[in-house]
Amino acid sequence: MSKAGDTFAFTAENLEAAKAILAKYPEGREASATMPLLTLAQRQNDNWLPRAAMDAVADMVGLATIRVYEVATFYTMYNLEPVGKNFVQVCTNISCMLKGSDDVFKVCKKKLGIGSGETTPDGMFTLLEVECLGACVNAPMMQVGDDYYEDLDATSTEKVLDALARGETPQPGSQAGKRVGCQPAGGLTTLTANSGGEG
Amino acid sequence: MLHDRDRIFTNIYGIHDTGLKGAQARGDWDKTADLVKKGREWIVEEMKASGLRGRGGAGFGTGMKWSFMPKEASDRPHYLVVNADEGEPGTCKDREILRAEPHKLVEGALLASVGIGAHTCYVYVRGEFYREAEALQRAIDEAYAAGLIGKNACKSGYDFDMYVHLGAGAYICGEESALLESLEGKKGQPRLKPPFPANCGLYGCPTTVNNVESIAVVPEILRRGGAWFAGIGRENNTGTKLFCVSGHVENPCTFEEEMGIPMKDMLEKHCGGVSGGWNNLKGVIPGGSSVPVMTKGQCDSALMDYDGLKEHGSGLGTAAVIVMDQSTDIVRAITRLSAFYKHESCGQCTPCREGTGWMWRMMERIGEGNARIDEIDLLEDVTRRIEGHTICALGDAAAWPIQGLIRHFRDEMEARILEKAGTQADPTADAPDRAAQ
Repeated sequence: MSKAGDTFAFTAENLEAAKAILAKYPEGREASATMPLLTLAQRQNDNWLPRAAMDAVADMVGLATIRVYEVATFYTMYNLEPVGKNFVQVCTNISCMLKGSDDVFKVCKKKLGIGSGETTPDGMFTLLEVECLGACVNAPMMQVGDDYYEDLDATSTEKVLDALARGETPQPGSQAGKRVGCQPAGGLTTLTANSGGEG
Repeated sequence: MLHDRDRIFTNIYGIHDTGLKGAQARGDWDKTADLVKKGREWIVEEMKASGLRGRGGAGFGTGMKWSFMPKEASDRPHYLVVNADEGEPGTCKDREILRAEPHKLVEGALLASVGIGAHTCYVYVRGEFYREAEALQRAIDEAYAAGLIGKNACKSGYDFDMYVHLGAGAYICGEESALLESLEGKKGQPRLKPPFPANCGLYGCPTTVNNVESIAVVPEILRRGGAWFAGIGRENNTGTKLFCVSGHVENPCTFEEEMGIPMKDMLEKHCGGVSGGWNNLKGVIPGGSSVPVMTKGQCDSALMDYDGLKEHGSGLGTAAVIVMDQSTDIVRAITRLSAFYKHESCGQCTPCREGTGWMWRMMERIGEGNARIDEIDLLEDVTRRIEGHTICALGDAAAWPIQGLIRHFRDEMEARILEKAGTQADPTADAPDRAAQ
C-alpha cells in the first residue's frame, strides 16, 4: 500500500481476517462481503480507500469493479481521499444542536484551523460535520476514530483535541464527569435495587 | 409506573458485568433449551399473545410478522436479520442493548429464529457503532464457546449461527429492504414491495427483519409468558419500552418504562423535568425525527404509546423523545432535519431525491425570512406531493416534520418573513421564481 494509493494488497493478517469475513456468507453470495472487506481495506490503509483497494476487493468477491465503486461511493464512511490521523466527526443533528453542538463545532474549526471536510496541513486531523451518530441522550458528541466523546461543551472539546494533538487517546464516553453511560446524570431513577445480578 | 421487577433490561447502563457470566446471573440463558424445544408454533403464539409491536418505529405486530414466514420447508433457507442500523435522529436505545445487554440479543435471536424456522441470523450494525459491534461479537463468541449457539444450540438439537455485519454510513439502510440490498453487497436502495421479505428477502429467501429491541425482549417474554407482557401498558399498546429522551431536559437519559406513561410524568420522573420547568416547554418530537412535533398543549395530556401519540397527530416511532424549550429556534431545528433527509435520500425516487433538497432550500429561505407568506402554503403542498409517492417511507419522513411545523408553528415562520420584510424596501421582489430553484 502506498500513500498515493496506486497499489494495494491485504497484509497476511488481514488476508486471514478477509477469509473469516467471506466465510460468514453462503457459497455464491461472496458479494455480501464487499462492504466488510472495503472496511477492512480502509482500516489497513490509514482510513482511506484508494481505487487499488476497491479493485482488490472486487477481485476477492468476484464482482466487476464498477459494482464495488458503486458501493464505495454510496456509503459515507468510505473515505475516497486520504484523511488525517485523527478523524473528527461532529454530529450537528437535532439533539446535538439543541444541546450546543454549534459550540463544539466552532471550537473544532477554530482550534484545528480547518473547515468541515478539510485536513490540517500536518495530517493530524480531519474534521467533518456528520449526521446523527446515535448517542443523542449524551449530546452533544463527536466521534474520533472508533470512539465516541459525549456530553461535550466548548471546554471539554478543547481538552479532547489537545490530548489528541499530544498523541494521547482520551478516555471515551461522557466528558462531563457526571456519568459513564446513558443513565440520568442526576442519579438513577430505575434499577435502583440490586437487580443487576452479581455486580 | 413500572416496577424494577418488571424491567427487562436490568443492566441497560452497563453498570454490571456485560459478559456471559453476568448475563446469566441476571437470568439470561436460563433454560433456553426448554423454550427452543417448545417449538415454532408455541413461540409465535406466545409472541402474538404478548402484543409486542415492532420497536424499530413502524409498530407492526412481531408475532404476526413471524407468522408470515412460510410454514412448509423448501430448499430456500429462512433468515433472521436484526436491524441494528440505528440512526433515526434522537434514537440511541439499541446502542445500549448492543454494548450493555448483548446476550439478550443473542439469546433472542436464537429463539426468534426458532419462531420463523431460521438457522442463520445476520445482525446489521451501523458502521459508526464499531465499539458496539465489538461488544456484540464478544457476546456471540462467548455464546459459541459455551455451546449456547452453533451446532445443537443449548443442547436443544437446534442448529443456529449468528453473524455481525457492519454497515458503512447510510441512514436509508434502516429501511428493511435497503438493509437487505446492503447486506447483499449493493447500494442501499429500497426494493419495491411486494414481494415482501417473508417471501423473498435476503438472497431471495424467506426473511424476517426485526429491530434490536424487538428481538432482545423475546427471551424474557417467553420465559414469563406473553400474558405477563400484555398485562403491562394498554390494550394494543402493551409492554415495556426503552425511551431515550434528549434535548432540553435537566437529565437527558435512556430508561425502560411502561407503555402509555403520561409524557409529563415521564419527563419529570426520569429526566428531572423540562429545563426551566414544564411551562418553559415549546414542543416535543416524541418518536424520533420522522414524526411530527407536538405543542406543549398536546404534551400536557399525551400518553406515550402508539395510540396515545397518534391521537395528537404524531407517533411513538422509536420512542426517541426530543424535548425543546422556549429558547429553541423551532424553524432552525426542523430545517436541520430537512438537511438530514436531503443528505440521506438514496436518490432512487424522484419526488424524494429532488423534493428533499427543494424542501430544505425552502426551509432555509423561510428561516432567513427571505420568502413570501404564501410560499408556506406552497411548501405544504410540496410535502403532500412527496408523501406517499416514493418506494420507501423516507419521503414521508422528510415531509412530516415540516407539516408538523406548519400546523403548529406557522406563526413563527410568518414572523420571520414579516420581520425581514419590515427591513426591506420591496419584500416580495423576485421571491416566487426562486422557489423552483
